[in-house]
Amino acid sequence: MSVAMVFVVLAVIVLGGLGWLVGIYNGLVRLRNEVKNAWAQVDVQLKRRYDLIPNLLETVKGYAKHERETFEKITQARSAAMSAQGVAEQSKAENLLNQALGGLRVVVEAYPELKANTNFLALQEELSSTENKIGFARQFYNDQVMNLNNKVQMFPSNIVAGIFNFKLEEFFELEEPAEREAPKVQF
Amino acid sequence: MWEAIRGNKRKSTYLAATMFLLLGALGFFIGMSLFPAPVDVAAGGQVYPVPIAGGLFGVVIAGGIWTVMTAVAYYNGGSILMAVSGAREIQKQDHPQLFNVVEEMTIASGMGKMPAVYIIDDPALNAFATGRDKEHAAVAITSGLLSRLNRDQLQGVIAHEMGHIVNRDILFMQMLGIMAGAIVMISDIYVRGMFYSSGGRRRSRSSSNGKGGQAQALMMVLALVLAILSPILAQFIYLAASRRREYFADAQSAVLTRYPEGLASALEVIEQDSQQLARINRTTAPMFICNPYKQKMSAFSLMQTHPPTEERIRILRGMAGNASFAEYQRASERVGAAVGVPASALAAGAGAAIRGAHAEAQQAGKTAQKKAQWRKATDALRSINSFVFITCACGLRLKLPPDFKRDTVTCPRCHRESAIPVAAVAAANALGDAAQTPPPPPTRGLATDAEPPLVVKRNPGAWTTFRCRCGETINVAPDADTDAVQCRQCKRTIRIHDAA
Repeated sequence: MSVAMVFVVLAVIVLGGLGWLVGIYNGLVRLRNEVKNAWAQVDVQLKRRYDLIPNLLETVKGYAKHERETFEKITQARSAAMSAQGVAEQSKAENLLNQALGGLRVVVEAYPELKANTNFLALQEELSSTENKIGFARQFYNDQVMNLNNKVQMFPSNIVAGIFNFKLEEFFELEEPAEREAPKVQF
Repeated sequence: MWEAIRGNKRKSTYLAATMFLLLGALGFFIGMSLFPAPVDVAAGGQVYPVPIAGGLFGVVIAGGIWTVMTAVAYYNGGSILMAVSGAREIQKQDHPQLFNVVEEMTIASGMGKMPAVYIIDDPALNAFATGRDKEHAAVAITSGLLSRLNRDQLQGVIAHEMGHIVNRDILFMQMLGIMAGAIVMISDIYVRGMFYSSGGRRRSRSSSNGKGGQAQALMMVLALVLAILSPILAQFIYLAASRRREYFADAQSAVLTRYPEGLASALEVIEQDSQQLARINRTTAPMFICNPYKQKMSAFSLMQTHPPTEERIRILRGMAGNASFAEYQRASERVGAAVGVPASALAAGAGAAIRGAHAEAQQAGKTAQKKAQWRKATDALRSINSFVFITCACGLRLKLPPDFKRDTVTCPRCHRESAIPVAAVAAANALGDAAQTPPPPPTRGLATDAEPPLVVKRNPGAWTTFRCRCGETINVAPDADTDAVQCRQCKRTIRIHDAA
């Protein structure tokens, strides 16, 4: 009887341990899927921006014919960003594209008629909204990556992650154009 | 964020439970006073009879009233509120910026489904959210507010409303509001009933047992006191819950937008305005972003649905470094306000750094920017009211009301004649009146198919205007990223495709 008891206790311990491991494994899988899903959200917005850029350029060209250099830079940066593979390469390419688009904004300032064009204004609203959406989707993606990376590196889930080959995911980093201090309030 | 919501929930549960007890007690005492126990229950005339059964009956009745009201509100609350406030749903082409901002905040808050967007045609400055859960949520903004805010301010306001949706404040406040409403209603009926029927009652009582009558009188006094006090108490509980949730939605707005200044300056704009919203009542008041009652009913802060706007602004402006719940709490402590962000929210992470102002907002205050904002808001109203927009060759935008009958319009600036783009009304054939009215020739690259479904060719680079089969005029923005639109009137889906 005591032998049976020992067996039962052992069985409970082994089963409990297994259940615990399964829990950790499932948690890791769920996080990895969330990261994938969050990246898909970022990707959707990036693609939207690629689609908007040619339209915007067409409108601007009608008013600012002599800014060929800026247009070419944007077109190049866009195709580079579209063919980028992997998160790290993507963030590099997107930063270049952001810089090029920043150049366009400077150009636009010199053409008041362009700034009054309703079609241009609509496209500009679309573009800046898409950029905001990229920003928010990126924030969400990076949060998910941090959750996964914490699990992959921390004990004891790192053991399970090592066995089943869960890898660290990359953050999607973009340079913020204007990070600034919050206004100080005096009382 | 989710932890924070759970922490908030627990405290809210206490408030709701108190309110529920109040409702139960009210029902119990009124029941006891109205349905006296049979005389023979009075044990030997020694003790006063306690009409428990009557009390329980009262509780059941009170509970029943509350359940019915809650059920109605749960399933129709959103649409009732929208109908009461005269809000109209908009599509992306009506006001792309507002639509985009709501979309952005949907992504930022991780909500799966974007809430419906409504505009209220009212010069007063306010906004609110409704819907029992994320699937049935809607945000509404007055045309007055829409015309006065720049992009960042609009984002702050919408994020605040999204905060209410994500926290499920709407459901909770609705439930509390209904409970308070039931309490007020029951008390009111009882007090009025007492007042009108006191003569008749006294006569019938004189014939019954004297001691039973005394107990009855005691119950009546108790019930009367409760009936007078509980509506006031219920109001206090309701308002306290409302104020707590406003602070938390403010904090959430700062976290979502990473730009507390946006909401702060929007609140400033609202505070400086003196217009009162035309259609409001006491129950809907807490759902607005700012207290919609403009004249100060009472300086007594316990009577307000919203915390003082000045204080909300000071807390938001006091946030420095990063946009997180913890920073909001610290800022509120510096200001000296008891905000009480739930502890679990404080642990929710460092939050991202506060971002810079949007390019458009940097020009805030400039007349051109204000004009543009005003134009967008008024155009949105025209668009939902079936105006036709056409651009004259000289660049002037002509806005024609739906009852404009002629086929051409003369530009007031360059006096050029422009054809009004009226789509070939395919519906005419289907309706059988094609014989009387031959479809007008399509102008400006518009075309429709006679066969269902209705398909419209896109006008490249400009607005596409056509008329649905039901007669409704539909305008599609040049940048509207969609291949189908829904008719506002008959809910038909019309496919649109690029002219290429």
